[in-house]
Amino acid sequence: MSDSPKKRLATTSLAGCFGCHMSLLDIDERILALIEQVEFDRSPINDIKKITRRCDVGLIEGGCCNEENVHTLQEFRRKCDVLVAVGQCAIMGGLPVMRNAIMHSDDPLKECLYEAYIDSPYIQNDNHQIPNDPALPLILDRVYSCSEVVKIDYQIPGCPPSGDMLWQTLTSLIEGRPENLPLELIKYD
Amino acid sequence: MTTDNQHDLITDICTRYGNDKGRMLDILTAVQERLRCIDETSMHTIADTIGCSRIEVEGVVTFYSFFSVERKGDITIRLCDDIVDRFAGMKEISMIFEEELGIKLGQTSDDGRFSIDHAACIGMCDQAPAALINDVVITSLTPESARDIAQKLKTGTPPQELLNSVGDGNNAHELIRAMVNNNIRRFGEVLFDDANTGKGLKQALHQSPQDIIEQVIESGLRGCGGAGFPTGRKWSMAANTPATERYVICNADEGEPGTFKDRVLLTERAELVIEGMTIAARAIASTQGIIYLRGEYAYLKPYLEACLQSQRDSNFLGKNIGNVDGFDFDIRIQLGAGAYICGEESSLISSCEGLRGEPKNRPPYPVEKGYLDCPTLVNNVETFACIARIIERGAQWFNSIGTDDSSGTKLISISGDCDRPGVYELPYGTTVHELLKLAGAEQAAAVQVGGPSGQMIDPTAYGRKICFEDLPTGGAIIVFGSHRNILEIVEYYLDFFISESCGYCTPCRVGNVFLKERIGKIRKGFAELMDLDYLRELSNTVIQTSRCGLGQTSPKPVISSMDNFPLVYSALLKEHPDGMRASFDIQKTLEESRHLAKRRSHIFDTSYDN
Ligand SMILES: Cc1cc2nc3c(=O)[nH]c(=O)nc-3n(C[C@H](O)[C@H](O)[C@H](O)COP(=O)(O)O)c2cc1C
Ligand code: SF4
Repeated sequence: MSDSPKKRLATTSLAGCFGCHMSLLDIDERILALIEQVEFDRSPINDIKKITRRCDVGLIEGGCCNEENVHTLQEFRRKCDVLVAVGQCAIMGGLPVMRNAIMHSDDPLKECLYEAYIDSPYIQNDNHQIPNDPALPLILDRVYSCSEVVKIDYQIPGCPPSGDMLWQTLTSLIEGRPENLPLELIKYD
Repeated sequence: MTTDNQHDLITDICTRYGNDKGRMLDILTAVQERLRCIDETSMHTIADTIGCSRIEVEGVVTFYSFFSVERKGDITIRLCDDIVDRFAGMKEISMIFEEELGIKLGQTSDDGRFSIDHAACIGMCDQAPAALINDVVITSLTPESARDIAQKLKTGTPPQELLNSVGDGNNAHELIRAMVNNNIRRFGEVLFDDANTGKGLKQALHQSPQDIIEQVIESGLRGCGGAGFPTGRKWSMAANTPATERYVICNADEGEPGTFKDRVLLTERAELVIEGMTIAARAIASTQGIIYLRGEYAYLKPYLEACLQSQRDSNFLGKNIGNVDGFDFDIRIQLGAGAYICGEESSLISSCEGLRGEPKNRPPYPVEKGYLDCPTLVNNVETFACIARIIERGAQWFNSIGTDDSSGTKLISISGDCDRPGVYELPYGTTVHELLKLAGAEQAAAVQVGGPSGQMIDPTAYGRKICFEDLPTGGAIIVFGSHRNILEIVEYYLDFFISESCGYCTPCRVGNVFLKERIGKIRKGFAELMDLDYLRELSNTVIQTSRCGLGQTSPKPVISSMDNFPLVYSALLKEHPDGMRASFDIQKTLEESRHLAKRRSHIFDTSYDN
């Protein structure tokens, strides 16, 4: 871990819905206690766009559906000591992974894009084009969970994990205690 | 065939089986044989005739690998895809058939004459590579014989006339006439001692059912099909469940890859098996028995039918058996249709009832509520043969053979990389080393004891004993030399379970696929240490959460190879200190996208010049 007295924390949302970050805000006033102990590096919370220096902990929401997700995830892996996959999308791909079900096609990606933008009876897409602005990152052949792309140290299950759960995990990680989440926090049925 | 003809043919077949829905398997087998498929029209006709819905018929048709909705060739070639056959050169054989007949595996020729498919182990591992051409078994294929056979088939030679020779023993019997060999390498004192005598049954006629069961308990006999449940206990449970009818079923499904001892018993000691079933009938008061014969052994059916008939003629089957008033018992043969899971006793019962061969929830156990909801005794072929001897020669005699907890002898089928593959009757307690010596396989690098659902052991364990206290086996011993790839074997076995899973439970249906994917990743050199943890954890989940024995044992090849061949795994693992996954190839994942978007990646294409 880096020698700064405060731990550095970076967070990002890849192919997710920001629900996990919303859940992070659910720690409510405890965020004040949190910033006593950690410095936020890159995160949607402070809108810093690039990791500025090596971090102790990185939280990843969402899996990888495009090249930019991969790029960000790889950067997080390189620059964070401990990488945590937060929520179902990061762990298993989540809802976006439904497109992986198109697998018995000669060209699954094409079929997916046509279904999303051209063929489906429920869409309104007046120019009948698949979006292809050069600024758009290229989409991957399928959705990948984070651990398929880089090594992930911990996973926090949930869709989204509760604020309490994120709080528990974060404080444990910051204090270097082995995680010990009570069952009621990770039991969903 | 015109629609009218097809309709008549099907209703005729249904009539032959009494328009009985319970005989669906027989009806479908007959329709498939005549029409080479069971299409929509046939399904409708069958449903209307036997009084059920079309979807019920379709459910059964699509369950069994020997039935097909699409038309198969008049001559259906099924190449045995067992690992032993693969190692014996099946790939080349398969290419020769494809080349000669001009179709690919899984296809039917346009003129409808031929189709080529894979079959799971057909029970001929000691004479691999082997194939089924319709019902005719062809063994010890070579590239030359394969080409010769394919050419003869093309010129119209019927499969039966392809045989240049017939096998040893009863394989030469006029009702069998198969090129299959028994390869009995050791005749033990129980099963292969002398020929069939009928002495056991004659004794049983004068004994009370309770006496018979007590002798079976005293003998210490345990089921020979794999699980080793004490036979006497099973019998007394079946006898003690109140019922007006009870059934005796002989499990001759023999689907575990590498097992072929029941085939040899049925060929050489069929009367002994029938005798054992009849004794069981007396012990539990049953009047109806079934021999569930795997579809791959259909070539033995005419012979077995004749054996049953001769037993009837000598008053050993039928009414008032042995002139004992009221002792009525008869046996029918139920032919399977290519499904390993039907060897599991509750699936086997479903299959006999004309249903999809899916396991049933237990309890109630078959001994309480089995075939047609009556108490049903399911025992292995070998178990019944032992019974006849136990009653003939006494429980004490039987109990004195073998070890403390495993009485008697065991028929063992040995195949793979050994000089003398075949069937060995040996007392329980024989060590793996002794076995390997007999079979000429002392150099073995790995031995799979008990087939894929057993365990893979390494040379340090060859001192272990074949018995329920140590290394249990239903009879399969598969030997692998040092030139074999352990992980290829593991991957193959997982493939086997994947294709044979009935699909009812998610852990079995999906878990085995994930296990296989992970083994594949290891083989490609993309795996890290944590992949081994994953394999172990997932294996345990599949074992603990599957409903029947298939899922409960399917991860065993993974676990036992990890335990006993750790170096094979660790040699292939690679850690990546930077935390990037070797298996993730960004270039590959973007290929399709670049093509569709007609542009390159400005992140990952380094030559991208904007
Ligand atoms: C997937 C699966 C396949 C089986 N296949 C066979 C088989 O081919 N032959 C057999 O005798 N027992 C087989 N069994 C075991 C049977 O369920 C049952 O235990 C056995 O027939 C009982 O007879 P026994 O006590 O005489 O061994 C299989 C079990 C499972 C779970
Ligand atoms: S364990 Fe597998 S084969 Fe057995 S019932 Fe479940 S899905 Fe079917």
